Amino acid sequence: MHANWELIGRVGLTFYGKMSASISHEIKNVLAIINENAGLLSDFTIMAARGVPIEPERIKTISSKIAEQVMRADLICKNMNQFAHSVDDHIKTTALDELIAVVIKLSLRFAANRGVHLEQQASATPLSITTSPFLLQNLVWLCLDKAMDLAGEKKNVSIITKDVENGVIIEFKHSGTLQEESGSSFPGDEENALASLLKATMEINDDTGEIILRLPLSIDK
Amino acid sequence: MKILLVDDEQELVSTLAERLSIRGIDADWVTSGEDAMEKIQVTTYDLAVLDMKMPRMSGLELRKKIQEIKPQMRYLFMTGHGSAEDFYSASSEEGADCYLVKPVNIDVLIAKITEILGQYTGSLN
Repeated sequence: MHANWELIGRVGLTFYGKMSASISHEIKNVLAIINENAGLLSDFTIMAARGVPIEPERIKTISSKIAEQVMRADLICKNMNQFAHSVDDHIKTTALDELIAVVIKLSLRFAANRGVHLEQQASATPLSITTSPFLLQNLVWLCLDKAMDLAGEKKNVSIITKDVENGVIIEFKHSGTLQEESGSSFPGDEENALASLLKATMEINDDTGEIILRLPLSIDK
Repeated sequence: MKILLVDDEQELVSTLAERLSIRGIDADWVTSGEDAMEKIQVTTYDLAVLDMKMPRMSGLELRKKIQEIKPQMRYLFMTGHGSAEDFYSASSEEGADCYLVKPVNIDVLIAKITEILGQYTGSLN
C-alpha cells in the first residue's frame, strides 16, 4: 500500500500552521501584558515627577508580574522549540508521554476555547517507541480534536497511555457519547493515512466514542 | 464615559483598566463573555473593548448578545492575531476603525475611544 503523501503533506502543514498560530497568539498575549505593566510603570514615573507619591510595594508587584510573564513566554518558546524539532528526524526513539505532553500543552488554548479540560494519565513505567515524532503528534492532535468535539456537557478529555504486548496504546477518553455530528466519519482519510504510515490501528467505541490508538514499539526507517 | 474591558487575560484587562483610570476614564473589566453579560445588566456602559478570541464566547458573539439588550453601546475589538480574517470580521460589525492589534498602545486606544464617543478631555495626571 502506497502512502498518500499529498494528503499527509497537506494535513501536516495544516497541523503545523494551526499550532504555530496558536503559539503566536499566546506570545502576543504575553507581550500585551508586559506592555501594559511596563506602561503602568511609566505612568507612575510621570506621576512621581509631578509629585504624586508612589508606593514601593506597587512597583514590586508590577515587577513580579512582568517576571511572571517572561517565565510564561519562556515556557511557550520551550514548547514551540520541542514541537519544531519534532521534524528533525523522520524516525526516532521517542518518550511517548513527553510527546503527548507537548501536544497537550500546544492544545490548551483550543481546549479552553471549547471549555474542555484536558488531563494526561501517563503510564506507570516510561514508554519509548521508535516512530515518526511529527506524524505521531499530528495523529494524536487529530484524535484529541475529535475527543474534544465529543466531550459532551461535562467537557473532560483524558489521554491515557498503556504498555501492551509488542506495542503501546493511547486512549482518548471523554465525558460525552458518540455523536456523528454533521455526518463526519472518524477515523477519516487523514487519520487513516497517518495511521497507515505509523503502522497504527485506530478504533472508536460505538457506545462511548472513546478513541483507541494502537502503535507498534518500532516502525521501519 | 464608562468603558467595559473584556479579555480572558486577567492581567491584561486589569492593568489596562488601571491605566485608563489614571487618565480619568472609568473602566471596569471582566474575563469572560458570561461575566460581561452579568455586568451590563447592572451597569450602563458607553463602550466595550472586546477581545475577539475568548473561551466559550468570542468577542463578536458577545457583541451580538449585548446588542440585543443594550443597542446604544459601541465597541472596539482587540486581537492578538491581526489576521485579515479578524480584520474583516470586526470591521464588518463596527467599521474599519474599531480594530486594534495587541499589544495595544494606550494613546491609540484612547484616541479610538474618543473618536467613537467624542467626549474625552482627560489626560495622564
